Amino acid sequence: MINNLYSLLNTTGFVHLTPGMIVMWCIGLILIYLAIKKQYEPLLLLPIGFGILLVNLPLSGLMEPDVGLLWKFYHYGIHWEIIPPLIFLGIGAFTDFGPLLANPRLIFLGAGAQAGVYLTFFAAHAMGYNIMEAATIGMIGGADGPTTIFISSKLAPQLLGACAVAAYSYMAMVPIIQPPIMRLMTTKAERKIKMAKPRPVSKREKMLFPIVSTFLIILLIPASAPLIAMLMLGNLFRESGVVERLKGAAQNELMNIVTIFLGLPIGATMHADIFLQPKVLFIFVLGLIAFILSTMTGLLLAKLMNLFSKEKINPLLGAAGVSAVPMAARVVHKVGIEADKRNYLIMYAMGPNVAGVIGTVIAAGIFITLLAP
Amino acid sequence: MANEITAPLPGKIIRLDIEPGTSIEQETEIMVIEAMKMETIVYAPCDGVIEKVMKKPGDEVEEGDLIATVA
Repeated sequence: MINNLYSLLNTTGFVHLTPGMIVMWCIGLILIYLAIKKQYEPLLLLPIGFGILLVNLPLSGLMEPDVGLLWKFYHYGIHWEIIPPLIFLGIGAFTDFGPLLANPRLIFLGAGAQAGVYLTFFAAHAMGYNIMEAATIGMIGGADGPTTIFISSKLAPQLLGACAVAAYSYMAMVPIIQPPIMRLMTTKAERKIKMAKPRPVSKREKMLFPIVSTFLIILLIPASAPLIAMLMLGNLFRESGVVERLKGAAQNELMNIVTIFLGLPIGATMHADIFLQPKVLFIFVLGLIAFILSTMTGLLLAKLMNLFSKEKINPLLGAAGVSAVPMAARVVHKVGIEADKRNYLIMYAMGPNVAGVIGTVIAAGIFITLLAP
Repeated sequence: MANEITAPLPGKIIRLDIEPGTSIEQETEIMVIEAMKMETIVYAPCDGVIEKVMKKPGDEVEEGDLIATVA
């Protein structure tokens, strides 16, 4: 009789709980709290937080290979590289590359901000992460969630949960992390610089842009093809003006659906046994450094460009080179307004910001080309 | 001499605090334009009294579009 009771008890999760699981519950609940109360990237942190709770409930089998529900989401969605490119389809449909086309030299700022990615890559490797893990960690500096997930699933799936959460948390914290660095590294006079009015961009240019970029970028870095292809297809939907329904689906319905299937399994990769290791937790430190370095190199590059050009660039725009669209551009705008109430930088900042998206994808493509097994 | 208030950035006007006769000072808030899902406060470029208002809340504007004239 006692034995029967005991084996009955054994079928429940209670006796299989570990302290690590309870720590993970707290992390999951904190993410859910931040999503609801502070609205930090709620569309992602909410399902991620819930996924963490689920996977740390013992015996649920949700992540059991071939059987578990969340494992299937993870395997067929992320491991098969379906979801991140679909997110990029939506981003393409959302993104107006006009500000970049109006002021093409700002593309350098989007490239410059990738320096943090590479610097952190070398730092992480020097600290004992293997070369593929180091590349994935460096990618957090680009502040681009789907790209970080994409590269992580290819190079270092064991770090995917931590890297994704780090990338999305820092994206949410762009308005907190970036402004002090921006103020520190620029003078008030520089922050007051007004940008020259941009040239108008024709409809035809905007339409040709996704096609030409697809050719150019994929020919140069074939490994970036899945993300660039979908990004530019989404953008062609947008700029062609003839497929409003597809554009709408990519922006809304499809985007919302894949967001659900993205967040939940990411959270589910964060089982206590995998996540609570110094090596994984330290990713949050390195990711933050990567992100700060990207912001700094963007600002420095803008200042450098000013040494050589007649038409001065407001160096704050450099900080928008990280690809957190449009948060980084908004932050540039806000810091600019602080210096001069009549300096409206938002549209100019969108140039390096959208260039940053492309820059991050290219950086990922280069890593995958060089490192993929 | 009449001054012009133009839209400093493209977007949608979601609030307009001026009407003919409103007196404004440089750097008072005159309207809010929404661009990139962000509400941007627009400040008056000069002192004066609003003469004519060409736009209304809900209008989409391009950068440089005339919003109002100031006498």
